Amino acid sequence: MIITQAQYCSADGENNSCISAIINGEHHAVPLDPANSDYAEIMRQVEAGTLTIADAD
Amino acid sequence: MALIKLNTNSLSDNAVTTDKIVNDGNLGNRNLIINGSMAIDQRNGGSSVTPTADQTYVLDRFGAGLSVASKFSLEQTTTVPAGFKNSMKATVVSAYTPGASEWFGFFQKVEGLNTSHLDFGTSNAKTLTLSFWVRSSVTGDYGFSLANSAQNRAYPVLYNISAADTWEHKTITIAGDTSGTWLTTNGVGLILLWSLGAGSSFLQTANAWGTGLGLGTTGQTNWITNAAATFYITGVQLELGETATPFEHRSYGDELARCQRYYVQLINGSDHSVSIGSALGSGANQARAVVQFPVEMRSSPSIVSNSGTNYFTIEGIISFNGPMLTTYKNTRAAMLYFSTGTTLTNGQSGVFRSNNASTSLAFKAEL
Repeated sequence: MIITQAQYCSADGENNSCISAIINGEHHAVPLDPANSDYAEIMRQVEAGTLTIADAD
Repeated sequence: MALIKLNTNSLSDNAVTTDKIVNDGNLGNRNLIINGSMAIDQRNGGSSVTPTADQTYVLDRFGAGLSVASKFSLEQTTTVPAGFKNSMKATVVSAYTPGASEWFGFFQKVEGLNTSHLDFGTSNAKTLTLSFWVRSSVTGDYGFSLANSAQNRAYPVLYNISAADTWEHKTITIAGDTSGTWLTTNGVGLILLWSLGAGSSFLQTANAWGTGLGLGTTGQTNWITNAAATFYITGVQLELGETATPFEHRSYGDELARCQRYYVQLINGSDHSVSIGSALGSGANQARAVVQFPVEMRSSPSIVSNSGTNYFTIEGIISFNGPMLTTYKNTRAAMLYFSTGTTLTNGQSGVFRSNNASTSLAFKAEL
């Protein structure tokens, strides 16, 4: 799974609500839910040091 | 209409037994595979896809496995054996010899909530039988494997395709695994993997449970090495017991609903104006909309959407580019929010719809 441009997003400007990322070439808004396989893979790549999630704007 | 009475003169005692009706399984809902008839293709509507990344889903519930991009394509076709309407076709785009730790193929992951009755990982583990129709331009022994979520338990099998470009029905019986960890949650219960080419690291002893991810055994055919080779599959069925029963055809609506637990294509990039619901302004250049899913999804889904000039609109109020972001989500509904580029009055609302023939919006909770 190829993941790029990962960045937290915030609906209220204070709390993170999802991760915006390009996954296998498509834009995804990934919920912060460990049962979501995209979120699990993002966290696996972060843990492996191959992906960084930027802070929300 | 005259009734025919059955009695001991016309039907011997015990002539019809439970075992004759069904062997170790159910009459309905036998098939653990979703979209085994390859009828559902929400993402691509029959268009060919050449995956560039591992875990790329093509037909519903079937994903591509690959170590190197763009070596083969997958698509829904109407080349079928009798009794079917669709199959999945793989075509070699660029012939390639897999390295030791490389593989190419496709898979389906089965949710653990649907496999708990198999008792895998216990002394009561039950035998399974897989059956499918297959056709290939390349004859030989092909690798298949059943694996657990951690991919540290696998049962590699070889099946033979004896005639080129001819439909053949294959049956594989697999003894249940009494060891290992097999999830019975909404995670991955088991994985079925069809190999189209694999390096030596994936070759293990056939017809036995082993540790690691065995996808085949020495001598298996590496289909991916053959330029322009084709491979078709349909009628995939995985069921309890040692007997392959006739394929369980489900209605299109039933099969689609099962697929939608994992993926819902709300707007498919081929229709200009698709209503999503209503949206309302929430100030700060932002609008929000709640979307309810047609079935309860496996997990909170990812929102998969594209963007382009005025791809979305709140009709009569504002058009904007996308993509969608999400908050307040669960398995039944999600709140989408998006930048409008200009501040709307709080509560200002309207019909929220796509505004370009290329707009796409989907919800994804794949395993």
